[in-house]
Amino acid sequence: MGVSSVSSVVDTLRLTAEEAAGLVERKEVTGAELHRAYLDAAAERDPELHCYLRLVDEPNGDGVPVALKDVISTHGIETTAGSKILAGYVPQFDSTVAARCKAAGLPIIGKTNTDEFAMGSSTENSAYGPTRNPWDPERVPGGSGGGSAAAVSAGLAPWALGSDTGGSIKQPSALCGNVGLRPTYGTVSRYGIVAFASSLDQVGPVAKNVRDCALLYSLIAGRDERDSTTVELPEPVRLPEGEDLSGLRIGVPKELNEAEGIEPGVTTAVQNAIELARSLGAEVGECELPRSVEYGLACYYLIAPAEASSNLARYDGVRYGLRVDGESYREMVERTRDVGFGDEPKRRIMLGTYALSAGYFDAFYGQAQKVRTVIAREHAAAFERFDVLVSPTSPTVAFKLGEKAANPLAMYLSDLLTIPSCMAGLPGLNVPCGLSEGLPVGLQLIGPQFSENTLFRTGHALEQAIGFDPVPERLR
Amino acid sequence: MTWQPVVGLEIHVQLKTRTKMFCRCANGFGGGENTQTCPVCLALPGALPVPNRIALEWTLKLGLALGCEIPKRAVFARKNYFYPDSPKGYQISQYDLPSCVNGRMLVPSSAGDHEVGIVRAHLEEDAAKTVHVGGRTGRIGGAEHSLVDFNRVGTPLVEIVTGPDIHSSEDARRFLQLLRQTIVELGISDAEMEKGTLRVDANVSVRPAGSAELRTRCELKNMNSFRFVAQGIDAEVARQIAVYEAGGEVVQETYDFDASSGALTARRSKEEADDYRYFPEPDLVPVEPPAELVERLRGELPELPSVRIRRLERELDLDRALVLVTGGLDRLYEATVAAGAEPLPVANLIANRLATSAGDAVDASQLALLVGARDRIPRAVLDDALSHIDEPGFEAAPYLAQEAVSDTGELEPVIARIIDANPGQVAAYRGGKEGLLGFFVGQVLKETGGKANARVVSELVRERLGA
Repeated sequence: MGVSSVSSVVDTLRLTAEEAAGLVERKEVTGAELHRAYLDAAAERDPELHCYLRLVDEPNGDGVPVALKDVISTHGIETTAGSKILAGYVPQFDSTVAARCKAAGLPIIGKTNTDEFAMGSSTENSAYGPTRNPWDPERVPGGSGGGSAAAVSAGLAPWALGSDTGGSIKQPSALCGNVGLRPTYGTVSRYGIVAFASSLDQVGPVAKNVRDCALLYSLIAGRDERDSTTVELPEPVRLPEGEDLSGLRIGVPKELNEAEGIEPGVTTAVQNAIELARSLGAEVGECELPRSVEYGLACYYLIAPAEASSNLARYDGVRYGLRVDGESYREMVERTRDVGFGDEPKRRIMLGTYALSAGYFDAFYGQAQKVRTVIAREHAAAFERFDVLVSPTSPTVAFKLGEKAANPLAMYLSDLLTIPSCMAGLPGLNVPCGLSEGLPVGLQLIGPQFSENTLFRTGHALEQAIGFDPVPERLR
Repeated sequence: MTWQPVVGLEIHVQLKTRTKMFCRCANGFGGGENTQTCPVCLALPGALPVPNRIALEWTLKLGLALGCEIPKRAVFARKNYFYPDSPKGYQISQYDLPSCVNGRMLVPSSAGDHEVGIVRAHLEEDAAKTVHVGGRTGRIGGAEHSLVDFNRVGTPLVEIVTGPDIHSSEDARRFLQLLRQTIVELGISDAEMEKGTLRVDANVSVRPAGSAELRTRCELKNMNSFRFVAQGIDAEVARQIAVYEAGGEVVQETYDFDASSGALTARRSKEEADDYRYFPEPDLVPVEPPAELVERLRGELPELPSVRIRRLERELDLDRALVLVTGGLDRLYEATVAAGAEPLPVANLIANRLATSAGDAVDASQLALLVGARDRIPRAVLDDALSHIDEPGFEAAPYLAQEAVSDTGELEPVIARIIDANPGQVAAYRGGKEGLLGFFVGQVLKETGGKANARVVSELVRERLGA
């Protein structure tokens, strides 16, 4: 079967991973042809979008290809985490999630762009240049996992894995109009994930719809003996079906829905989705998360940089990655880190080092950990009354490149709504719920620990009812 | 003024687990440089630590042997610092919540049991080995280049911290001997200072005798034998006393001990104080040993060396009891006595004539036979027997059949010759140096090819010279 006839079967913009798997199963295409179709799409559209840092020409499996964010270690494939300091670093081992994808027969199609060390909300902090939003190339795809989200939206990958510390899966999915899951902390192995903030980092799927998202999650989740913080799933992942939401109790946290800076178009789309949920049988009520929203962001910007300052200490030029020589060991380390790290990692290393310093620890890191407990309790209290909490994922639709690049605080506010549940270790799902100014709006569904099946059920029902078209208008 | 030394010790013990602390790499010597490494111990991006269960259990075992409480929850923390021996840029170590706290070790002394408090015993990982090439000091500053061998990185290391309860170099040495023996008997480490599997740092200060204050202390490092620890403490105590007596103040500093000169060299003071920015290791969950495990480990503890020393002291003096127990020879001693031999000769023979390593291989009943016959058989035969006693299937019988020469008529002429040949020693002996008796007996034994009965010779010589 020639390439042209494959392209007629495989419309990578529309094809879901589940459909693609069906094509392969029915032998309508081979895995290699499927892989080629996505490479062809990348050849056509990635020069403009820059979703990929590198592509893999030869598939290493017969299944549906998967794109991996470049913080995910891949044996034999350069893994840079979007940083110059890891330029040329080729892992000698697979991360557990990469190994599980391979074991499930999913060939890796490429490594996607990310803010350096996953630090950012626009993918503009990548040392290898920004990724552009497939809905409007003048705009950012969100971040840090903008590469994975944009690749899925632009049909350059059927699905992808990202990593989420404070919103790096959910927020780009919202801005690119696809479905992204940040799983419950501890359900997906972090082994082989270039660490940003260990107590927050979680790998999760990005897909065109909720069923694909659930399917990919089922392939990567579960206890890994190489990651002591992982647990076995209490129940198997169920692929969602149907539109009925009767019996489901949906809470609308006031602070997450009325926060300053939420665009009116975003509020409208989210409210419409909530009304749809009610019409599908869900009970909807208001609730409050006052301290989670008031302190979540500040708390996050103590804990995440503190852990990052320690996690990034290993990039010293001694064993791998960049080395800039110096007259002494200390000078070599200083030069390597000065040249190798961009501004955002440097900023967070300084913040984190300060927060952990003798005399400041109790007031900053110690206090932030206490607040984190308060945030977890506040969420737990809300889940006594509700099964799912909803809010916008991002206060805004995709913003323009450069718009917030010079103002780190404005950029940090992009994660205002995603951070509180991350701090509590809770799962969160982004489902597209409409357009505002021609750009996708994301609905955030938050559940208690291990409630992924409930999130999938809710997300799938809403997705069916909303009928959002995930293909960017300019590519249709 | 009389001064009292105040010494606290920090002891690092490398555990001889099969694998490293946080990865599955082989632990221990062997293999070329950087062959026992993996993504975890090389700190490749994304690699995560997984704690070694055996190392955790052994730490509890040691803590229990040191009388420690085992808290319900221990937490690993990160100790952050940049150095090429620390590939992650931090060491994983228990910090404010260690596995073992608040223990004590009783050190028998002539003045009764001396109690040394064990503040804590915690588990951590060892650093890599660095070699600095070029430069004058062998340190990283000024080196032309440095080489790092990561085989050692991640070796489980227990750190034991004592209270400031030790008041002489001799007490320190005795404490360390007992501690070492306890560790060796638990089977968790070879605890050899020469090989670095046991390392000791000493915090030393002095105070006016009778006072309870704690003055500024200095830390001594790089002492790689118990003797050097004692020497280092003595030298530092003397230095501090001299400083105070000259009206000065002791400044907190770290000193390296130089074994060849016995001198202490101050390390170059750092520009800034250490700030390790400890925080709980987020890659690991807290360690919560179940009560049943702690009780099982407690039940598995052997009888402790200090208890055994006290028991042996009923038949022997403290020094002999110490030598036997810290040499790992006391069980052989007790078995030999139980087989019917006299305690003191058994103790002397075991302590003076048997290698520490031989202890376990010796058949006590055969040793008892030799001890019983020690005065009857020729010295050379006894020596020969002792050199084979740790061989499998050793029988004392053939040696016992050989009688030593006890015939006065045969020995007298030899003794006379020796006395005539050594007028100087004779005069000295008669002048009061009675220790020279051994010299004369030794000469006679040598002359007779070891066949003379030493006890008879000794009596004859004493008679002759006493005249």
